[in-house]
Parts: sequence; structure tokens; C-alpha cells
Amino acid sequence: MHAYANPTRFLAIAKPLTPWLLGVGLLLLLVGGWAGLMLVPGEAKQGETARILYVHVPSAWLGMGGWTSLAIAGLVQLVWRHPLAGIAARAIAVPGMMFTALCLATGSIWGRPTWGTWWEWDGRMTSMLVLLFLYAGFIALTNGDEGQKQGGTLSRGAAIYALVGAINIPIINRSVVWWNSLHQGPSITLRGSSIDGALLWPLGLTVLGFSLLFGAIVLMRMRRIIADNRVAARLRRLADDEGN
Amino acid sequence: MKAKHQRLILALLALGGVAGAGVLGASALRDEAAYFRTPEEIEAGKAVVGEPMRLGGMVAANSIKRQSDGITIVFVATDGKASIPVQFTGIVPDLFAENSGMVADGRMRADGTFVADKILAKHDEKYMPPQMEGMDKAVAKAAAKT
Repeated sequence: MHAYANPTRFLAIAKPLTPWLLGVGLLLLLVGGWAGLMLVPGEAKQGETARILYVHVPSAWLGMGGWTSLAIAGLVQLVWRHPLAGIAARAIAVPGMMFTALCLATGSIWGRPTWGTWWEWDGRMTSMLVLLFLYAGFIALTNGDEGQKQGGTLSRGAAIYALVGAINIPIINRSVVWWNSLHQGPSITLRGSSIDGALLWPLGLTVLGFSLLFGAIVLMRMRRIIADNRVAARLRRLADDEGN
Repeated sequence: MKAKHQRLILALLALGGVAGAGVLGASALRDEAAYFRTPEEIEAGKAVVGEPMRLGGMVAANSIKRQSDGITIVFVATDGKASIPVQFTGIVPDLFAENSGMVADGRMRADGTFVADKILAKHDEKYMPPQMEGMDKAVAKAAAKT
């Protein structure tokens, strides 16, 4: 695993991969978004409002998947001290928070015509809002800290914070099963989908499309941190040379 | 033992501890974090007359009756095990309908009727295209073939 600790090796893969993730992701989003908004019929009871699902579900998936990756990066940082772990965690935090916010916003917009309310403190909504605050805390904790000046490693506190915050992910997932909630139960489970096939297929495209886009954003942000590190190292060398 | 193995064991133990604490916390919250009470719970005596609470359930078939004032409705909320009559004055969401879920904000009256100040419609996890509404899946497939 430490083979990719070398930024040059990592960049040799990340650099050509970025435009592919970005291009294919945007293409899938374009097709999935068009199909979801124009091609498939509105839902039987909700009508046109159900179409927001094609953004809401991928956002929820990436908000939660983002924190899961953040926690894994925190573990890798704590245990193996892998130099890319901290960089990855820093790169994931902002897009992860953005998708969490998008999930909450689209949910609220859907909730008003469907339930009759913008916001209610039920288990699913509250735990998702906690995830948004967890992201905000992580960004506040890591932005401009010592580790950022030392090549992007995470402090022990930030890594532990990422790990402890992961406890919220299964809580979000199970919130509609454990507790009576206003939010409906899971539509897509291991046993199948209660979203009819005619409405389901564009969701597959947008989930994959947003995921690839997320990957592209994370790689771009990681490359930026590595580039910053190189600039800082070069400036230090120059300053040393002038000093001699 | 290498330092990194020690760190791995330590991290996993700590994670196990935190997960355990989370599960304990969630199970302790089981009752308190519920967004609403079911008719069965209310019938079992979990509601105090006059205390603000939420009641959630299905709107029983053919139970919505409009009162003579034109804006008050009375219907029966059920969870299949118990039923509670609900009275509400105001505008209900579009998705509020018989055989569909709802959550009512209000309080129990001494005569056993739940008086709601606010009604929310609950959507279930099923998403269907319009022409298949109310159709059984097998029937829909057969219909698609002919």
C-alpha cells in the first residue's frame, strides 16, 4: 500500500484518471438527469415532485459514503501513518459536506408538497443534520492547522474525530427502521426495490454519475494539496540556497 | 509486536467501544426518539389526556367524514391493531387520503378522540408510474403483455 505514498506514483494514476471520471460522470448525469426529468412518467401519488429523487438519493449516498471514506482515511492515518490518508480526508470533507447539504435541501423541498412541512425533527432528518455539523466540525478542525503546513497529514485529534463521527452513519441508515419516523422506510434493500423499474433506472445513472463526479472532485483536490506541498518545498529550498 | 499493530488493535478496540456506546444509546432512545405514537401504543395507555403528542397511522378506508362547517374532518387512524378517531379543522396536504399514512400533531381528548392542530401526509417507500397505481405487480405484468 505504501507504494502510492510516493506522490509521483500516485499522480501517475490520478492525473489521467481525473478527466475520465469527470467526463463519464457528467455524461451519465446528463443522460440520467434528462431521463429522470423528461422521459419517465411522474409518480402515481406524488406526481412530478417525485423526480427530485434523482438528485436526493445520490446526495444522501455521497454524504454518507463521504464520511465513511473520511473515517477509513482517519484509521489509515492513525494506524499506518500513510501520507496520502490525511490528504484524502481533507479532499473529501468539502464535497462530502456539499452533498449532505444538497440532500437536506432537496429533501426539504420535496417534503413541503408531499408531507406538508419543510422540516420536522424526526430521526432521519435529525441524524442527517448531525452529519452536516460533523463535516463542518471536521473542516473547522483541519483547515489551516499544523498538519496542513506539514504536507496535509491529520492531527491525531482530527483522525479520531473522523472515526468517532462514523457512528452516525449506521444511525442515519437505521433511523427509519428503529424509530417511527415521518421519512419513509428504505425503498432499495438487499431484497430488491419498491421503486418500480420504470422509475428506477435513471436513478442508477445519476447515482453512478454523481459518484464519479465526486471521485473526480476528490482527486482534483488531492492533486491541489500535493501541488501546494511541492511549491512550499521548492520555496523552502530556494530560501535555503539564498541563505547560503 | 510492531508499533503499527499496537495502534491497529488500539484503534479497533476504541472503535468497538464507541460502537457499543452508540448501540446502547440508540436502544435507550428507542422510545424517546420516536417521531410519533401508534394507535396501539395509545390504546396501551401511553398517552396522557391533554398532553401534546403526535399520532401516526393509516387513514382507515371510507372513514373520512366532513363536518357541516365545511372545514372540519373526522377520520379513523389505524395501525391494524388499534384505531383512534381523529378530528381536525384546517387544510390537509394533497397526499392525505384514505388507505395512506399520516401523522397528526395534537392531543387526546377525554372521550378518546384525538384532536389534531396539524396533519402531515406520510409517503410510503413504494414508487409507481401512474398507470400502475393500485394494480398488483403480477396483474400489471399480465396487462403489459396483452
